[in-house]
Amino acid sequence: MTMERRNFLKLLGAGAGVATLGLAGCATTNKAGARKVVVIGGGYGGTIAAKYLRMQDPTIEVTLIERNDHFISCPFSNLYIGGLLPDLSSLTIKYDQLAANHGIKVVQAEVTGIDAKAHIVKTSAGDFPYEKCVVSPGIEFRTNEIKGYDDQIMPHAWKAGPQTVLLRKQLEAMKPGGTVVLSIPLAPFRCPPGPYERTSMIAMYLKQHKPGSKIIVLDANPDIVSKKGLFLKGWKKHYQGIIDYRPAKKVTEVDNKNMTVLIEGIEEVKGDVINIIPPQKAGHIAHVAGLVGPDGKWCPVRSFDFESRNHPDIHVIGDSSIAGAMPKSGYSANSEAKVCATNIVAMMNGRKMTEMSAINTCYSYLSATEAVSVTGVYRVNASSQAIEAVPGSVGVSADLSETEAMYAESWIKNILVEMST
Amino acid sequence: MRKKWSGLALAFVALVFSAAAYAVPPTAEILSYACAGCHGTNGASAGPSMPSLAGQSKVFFIDAMKKFKSGERSGTVMTRLVKGYSDEQIVAMADFFAKQKPAAQTTAVDPALVAQGKVVYDNACKRCHLENGKEFEEDTPVVAGQWLKYLQIQMGEFRDGKRKISEKKAEKVKSLTAAEWEAAAHFYASQK
Ligand SMILES: Cc1cc2nc3c(=O)[nH]c(=O)nc-3n(C[C@H](O)[C@H](O)[C@H](O)COP(=O)(O)OP(=O)(O)OC[C@H]3O[C@@H](n4cnc5c(N)ncnc54)[C@H](O)[C@@H]3O)c2cc1C
Ligand code: HEC
Ligand code: HEC
Repeated sequence: MTMERRNFLKLLGAGAGVATLGLAGCATTNKAGARKVVVIGGGYGGTIAAKYLRMQDPTIEVTLIERNDHFISCPFSNLYIGGLLPDLSSLTIKYDQLAANHGIKVVQAEVTGIDAKAHIVKTSAGDFPYEKCVVSPGIEFRTNEIKGYDDQIMPHAWKAGPQTVLLRKQLEAMKPGGTVVLSIPLAPFRCPPGPYERTSMIAMYLKQHKPGSKIIVLDANPDIVSKKGLFLKGWKKHYQGIIDYRPAKKVTEVDNKNMTVLIEGIEEVKGDVINIIPPQKAGHIAHVAGLVGPDGKWCPVRSFDFESRNHPDIHVIGDSSIAGAMPKSGYSANSEAKVCATNIVAMMNGRKMTEMSAINTCYSYLSATEAVSVTGVYRVNASSQAIEAVPGSVGVSADLSETEAMYAESWIKNILVEMST
Repeated sequence: MRKKWSGLALAFVALVFSAAAYAVPPTAEILSYACAGCHGTNGASAGPSMPSLAGQSKVFFIDAMKKFKSGERSGTVMTRLVKGYSDEQIVAMADFFAKQKPAAQTTAVDPALVAQGKVVYDNACKRCHLENGKEFEEDTPVVAGQWLKYLQIQMGEFRDGKRKISEKKAEKVKSLTAAEWEAAAHFYASQK
């Protein structure tokens, strides 16, 4: 017990007995897990949590568990779909340099469960005891809310990889004059401006390669969720007559044989290529591990260290977590991971925790050369303890910008280098 | 007995709230880590147009952030992001990045332009950007080893008036042609 902690407990007026009790909550119930942190998921959140844990305390043993031997970035995958990138290789990272540079143990395995009481992560490659566990598994789809859904026929392309390639192949194979249908779920979902960037990139592809084609956007939301003014401006400038945007149209059923979607079970829309982004929830493992809150979808966490409200010593970051005003984005996951890692290191060393400060920025491309951005700086509200935006820091670009497209290219490079080295 | 239990309960309540009371305001590290998603880990950018912040002059850094905040300096994202930070937090971050190890850019530069740029530098820049741009002095930033594309974007903004040039500097650089600016960019970027 450090000086600080002892003084703090004294300050609380706690007797010796209570001090022991208080410590029991922090100490690991599993000796084998002492000074070990297990990070689940090698994506935007997990890689950074593992790296910043080791950067700040190399005496902590960090194991990063990821089902794949590589990671493909969703950010910029819309540019591949639009034909601006030849393949996904520039969006793919490996883990070897990250592991070597920081002494992180990277294990390729499927996490099948977490025994919160015993402090053990269960995987296809065996058990991993921990003192603290960080969970960043991204999203899972609520496909049960779309009757008949089959992602091999109507891809989501909302997890980058084979799905992204499938959607591009379908677009390439479509006859000129065809119709693409894009279905957007009710918010909250991964990357609020993402579906509208996708709309722009598909429209750009159609304009260049499939004359006479159009894209019908069926948005379950009452309006464009993010950067509305800028998207409308870009669509008017570049894609007049190509984009048919329809708000408040929730797809509830699909007919794979007839390539038709059904809105609220009644209105039919036909397409040659159909891209369905299903409604979402926290990654599967978060549900299995009992980390999901009363909404049955997302994981409630404490604002400054992202500790689960359901289980002590398990921290949930990234898309799976409910991070107050922070949107579900790669930048958010990166920033949350650093706050989480810093405070885990503090706790494991008996130091004071620090209030969170985090950033989100999402770039979206409107054309081959123009992008726009949304920014925000986030903090903890002193009275409600909720994560809120710092007033004035949230805003969007003044206009479509070629300079921002140049900076956006550097952003993806920097964030992927940060994750992989 | 009863008293003992209520005492315990009280202690539990205190423990539940303890974490909040236990947290200190954001440190320089927590604030600065958030910038790295764009500017690179510890401010060492992987390029090609995002500026490195590692090893930058503290005075220039604070000045730049203040100018982004007031709108005196144009920007894309910085003019918005900066509004999320107090003056004290900006100073803390300036301090953090000034202490980080600088990393030189790795884009190929044109040797002919580097040579021409050296002439431009000696004539028009040397007085303020000391030691081939490696040294900073007060509000004059380190420019040596900065990413080429960033220097080009910023020089473009100086040229067409988007980014203000001080009167003292304007005197020295107002007659420069676009080609001379370009050469100077290659010269600075070539410095390690
Ligand atoms: C088209 C599109 C565009 C986007 N554009 C942007 C953008 O421009 N900017 C931005 O900031 N964000 C963007 N995003 C959002 C961004 O992709 C996510 O917010 C981000 O990936 C979330 O990070 P995460 O760590 O929560 O999950 P992920 O990055 O998805 O990482 C989760 C990892 O966990 C692994 N995993 C899950 N479960 C298990 C298990 N049981 N066992 C082992 N491994 C497991 C997965 O394989 C995966 O590698 C975009 C998203 C999409 C779909
Ligand atoms: C979304 C990407 C992004 C994030 C996040 C970001 N920056 Fe920047 N930064 C930029 C860009 C782009 C520029 C160039 C000016 C502009 O266009 O806004 C820049 C310029 C700067 C400059 C001027 C550098 C120079 O040499 O001229 C400073 C200082 C700076 N940023 C500090 C910060 C700090 C501190 C943070 C974190 C609080 C931060 N930045 C977060 C993208 C970012
Ligand atoms: C009178 C002093 C002075 C002279 C001469 C001068 N500079 Fe500067 N320069 C500055 C100062 C001060 C700044 C920071 C100003 C600001 O941010 O508004 C700066 C900023 C810059 C920057 C932006 C760097 C960044 O990180 O944002 C570049 C590029 C630059 N100068 C290039 C040059 C070149 C090229 C020359 C010569 C052709 C030159 N300067 C001559 C004082 C000078």
